[in-house]
Amino acid sequence: MNALRRNVLKSAAGAGTVAVAVAAGLLKPTLAMAGAPRSAFEAKNVGDALKGMGATAAADSKDITIKAPDIAENGAVVPVEVTSGIAGTTSIAIIAEKNATPLVADFDLMGGAQGFISTRIKMGQTSLVRAVVSAGGKSYTATKEVKVTIGGCGG
Amino acid sequence: MAEPMRIRATMAGDVADVKVLMNHAMETGLRKDAKTGQLVPAHYITEVTASVNGTKVLDAGMSGGISKNPYLGFKVKGPKAGDKVVVNWVDNKGDKNTAEATIG
Repeated sequence: MNALRRNVLKSAAGAGTVAVAVAAGLLKPTLAMAGAPRSAFEAKNVGDALKGMGATAAADSKDITIKAPDIAENGAVVPVEVTSGIAGTTSIAIIAEKNATPLVADFDLMGGAQGFISTRIKMGQTSLVRAVVSAGGKSYTATKEVKVTIGGCGG
Repeated sequence: MAEPMRIRATMAGDVADVKVLMNHAMETGLRKDAKTGQLVPAHYITEVTASVNGTKVLDAGMSGGISKNPYLGFKVKGPKAGDKVVVNWVDNKGDKNTAEATIG
């Protein structure tokens, strides 16, 4: 029920902003919106998750740094730190590509929050960890492979 | 049932470094109970928000892919020592928790 409320609020606010931006000729209608809707969290593969977030056109960026172990002994707790050097970063999303539901978390940043997020995620198996950053209405992405010796999802 | 969460916020130059430790099972809904063989129902935090002195700085969506007892670190530019940080979370069952700390 809360998830629904969040979606409704988000899409209402998001639609309004985009409409204004489109009218002003600032944005092409296809460009990404910050903030992933709840449905993106239920996507079963990376493509759908990116589509749900509106980030399918994300460009690779060297300004995104993902700090994570090369080999994680315990997939239930994998520390991941994402730093975005892109000016005007408004959101950072973390995706574990081979998890049952790849989109792990999405952080909208505002009010002086820096392009930095540190957290711990679960990984079912060895895969790429992908960070998707939105800045100025565009999406950027970077990946890092993490090898998992004991999976942390299900079992 | 919501247990307390811990927040530590320190200034490093003009940037506040905030670290939050939440207490939550973060069940994905995919794990089986070792004894009964039944799936453990999903129970995880879906939304975390943080504000500094009443100004929202972070609005996060989460899935069961975040580790048990979630840790979250973020940085905010602008606040001063003595300012208040408030963190809230809501889970998929509607449980919620809130905590605040003073930036030191």
